[in-house]
Amino acid sequence: MMFTLYRSMLRIRRVEEAIAERYGAQEMRCPVHLSIGQEAVAVGVCAALEPRDGVFGGHRAHAHYLAKGGDLTAMLAEIYGLENGCCRGVGGSMHIIDLAAGFLGAVPIVGATVPLAVGAAWAARLRNEDKVIAVFFGDGTFEEGVVHESINFAVLHKLPVLFVCENNLYACYTRLSDRQPDRPIHGIAAAHGCRAVTAEGNDVEAVYAATRAAVASLRAGGAPVFLECPTYRWREHCGPNLDDHLGYRPGGELAEWESACPVSRLASVLSSSPEGAGLVAAAEAEIAAEIASAFTAALAGPEPQPADLSGYLYA
Amino acid sequence: MPEIKRRITQAEAIREALAQAMEEDERVIVIGEGVPDPKGIFGTTTGLQQRFGKSRVFDSPLSENGITGICVGAAISGMRPVMVHQRIDFALLAMDQIVNNAAKWHYMFAGQVKVPMVIRVIVGRGWGPGPQHAQSLQALFAHIPGLKVVMPTSGYDAKGMLLAAIRDDNPVIFIEHRWLQGIADHVPEAPYAVPLDQALICRPGKQASLVAFSYMTVEARLAAEALADQGIDLEVIDARSVRPLDMRTIVESVRRTGTLIVADTAWKTGGIAGEVIAGVAETAFSALKRPPLRICLPDIPVPTSPHLTRDYYPDALYLARAIAAHLGGGVDDAELARRLVRATPHDVPQREFRGPF
Ligand SMILES: Cc1ncc(C[n+]2csc(CCOP(=O)(O)OP(=O)(O)O)c2C)c(N)n1
Ligand SMILES: [Mg+2]
Repeated sequence: MMFTLYRSMLRIRRVEEAIAERYGAQEMRCPVHLSIGQEAVAVGVCAALEPRDGVFGGHRAHAHYLAKGGDLTAMLAEIYGLENGCCRGVGGSMHIIDLAAGFLGAVPIVGATVPLAVGAAWAARLRNEDKVIAVFFGDGTFEEGVVHESINFAVLHKLPVLFVCENNLYACYTRLSDRQPDRPIHGIAAAHGCRAVTAEGNDVEAVYAATRAAVASLRAGGAPVFLECPTYRWREHCGPNLDDHLGYRPGGELAEWESACPVSRLASVLSSSPEGAGLVAAAEAEIAAEIASAFTAALAGPEPQPADLSGYLYA
Repeated sequence: MPEIKRRITQAEAIREALAQAMEEDERVIVIGEGVPDPKGIFGTTTGLQQRFGKSRVFDSPLSENGITGICVGAAISGMRPVMVHQRIDFALLAMDQIVNNAAKWHYMFAGQVKVPMVIRVIVGRGWGPGPQHAQSLQALFAHIPGLKVVMPTSGYDAKGMLLAAIRDDNPVIFIEHRWLQGIADHVPEAPYAVPLDQALICRPGKQASLVAFSYMTVEARLAAEALADQGIDLEVIDARSVRPLDMRTIVESVRRTGTLIVADTAWKTGGIAGEVIAGVAETAFSALKRPPLRICLPDIPVPTSPHLTRDYYPDALYLARAIAAHLGGGVDDAELARRLVRATPHDVPQREFRGPF
């Protein structure tokens, strides 16, 4: 299991790095919000879900999509705006979906998918489906009224929803302490009546363990669970670059979180045995090959046709 | 001595207007997500917090509806708040407070209380903002009695209309366009006001009245210049305000030219372009020599891929061709194309522009 978690995180890291590296070529002509540094939350949560369970995301959703099993080539093609993209170029990086994998959609209006997750869980309940729905959102998104309205309804109806708050301390360039008073986010969720738990967001095993417990409780008909995971975004809010020069992060903060890298943390644990070290090295090579061929396949896609757009408007 | 003509970008003009409004009236406060951050709302609020302090310039939690209501509450209690949303799409979360409270508080209490506030909203365009970050929603706001809605094009007007909006005792939706912010213009340094209800004839002409909104004025002027060299003389009117529409200026123009063409940044159905045409039809129907023409976005949400946006936005060449055809043709199309085909990619405003915005 540990190795599966590691491999999934490494794959997301390398995909995001590859996107960042190629972004400067100006062929991915849409905003991208990279998940580098935050991989453990996506991977730990999704590894504890079944394929039939559903996941929603927001503007920073590449990791959630990939961790849930979303098709890599289709995501890359979408970022390139090609016909083989997961939304045929209509959406770009900020709008991704893979229904076959149970990734039910991500859009960039913050908070927009939180009520949808509750609605999906409600439908699952009404249709007697054994399904858990997880929704990822940030600390900033927690400030939106719709999040609280949604949690209230979910608790009222005891719906099988897992609210995952990735607390990376910032909304764009504004620090949490400039937006919320000094009290825990999960404390508010507890007051709403959620089963509120926290897990170290850069420790994939901790996130996985917390989610497994949450999912078991949800499947047994327990109250909605709110999982808060402290983590950290390494790169700029939107775009491929580092942004420490902007001065909005206290000096040394980024370095401190980089040293708590979720990927290398697990790599060093795994590498302590010769067998593990071999697996880690092999994973790196396999993933590099997979990403290279995914880019090739993505870029081989045809251009989407504007004439098709009106066909998507109404069912 | 004539003023030395200073050129600054629209973003700088807006920042200057905010600073001068805060200088001249201590009740003016500025709030929005990212206002004091290093990006400063595309440079329009940079430095304001350093200059006016944390008791007048505020960042905001991600709580659009709540903060709008809080600003309404402050406005009816003696403050003059200026809110800003980096994208007009985010103001949709605040429609309840804007439409039910801000627009009606003065009216429903029979004029006893004023709501002096400004909501700046920016229409996104370019580099794949897509369905939820590039909508042009002026008609939605303009439908609401009690709101004033303006869409300045030039940096000069952006400064003057923002100062007028902040001095106004009513809620004003101040719509900016992402592709106008980087354009430099002559902007006097001293504070001045530009009325919130007057269109501007920015190019006099005899053959047709081309009424344009916001960024479409830029494309309209380019189209008009290219057509002028082929003997088609357009009058270009920058509408500037959306509610109220300056129908007097528009109708007078149509009475002179006999032809009405409207170019809007928004969708056609239910849009403000139709409202302009209806207004002319009601008051000057007999002046029209031919059917009016609307040039708008196709009635589908903004797609993301550059392959899908290439033909989505009508540009100067599209306008020139459509207008020439409407007026009976007879232009040298190759020459129009030579003049108007953009040298830059279609999804960025200028050459030095780099993503991701
Ligand atoms: C309703 C709405 N308001 C504002 C924005 C602009 N915006 C995009 S992402 C973001 C910050 C989100 O912060 P958080 O939820 O903490 O997620 P993070 O970016 O840190 O992953 C903001 C304000 C938006 N997309 N939608
Ligand atoms: Mg955050």
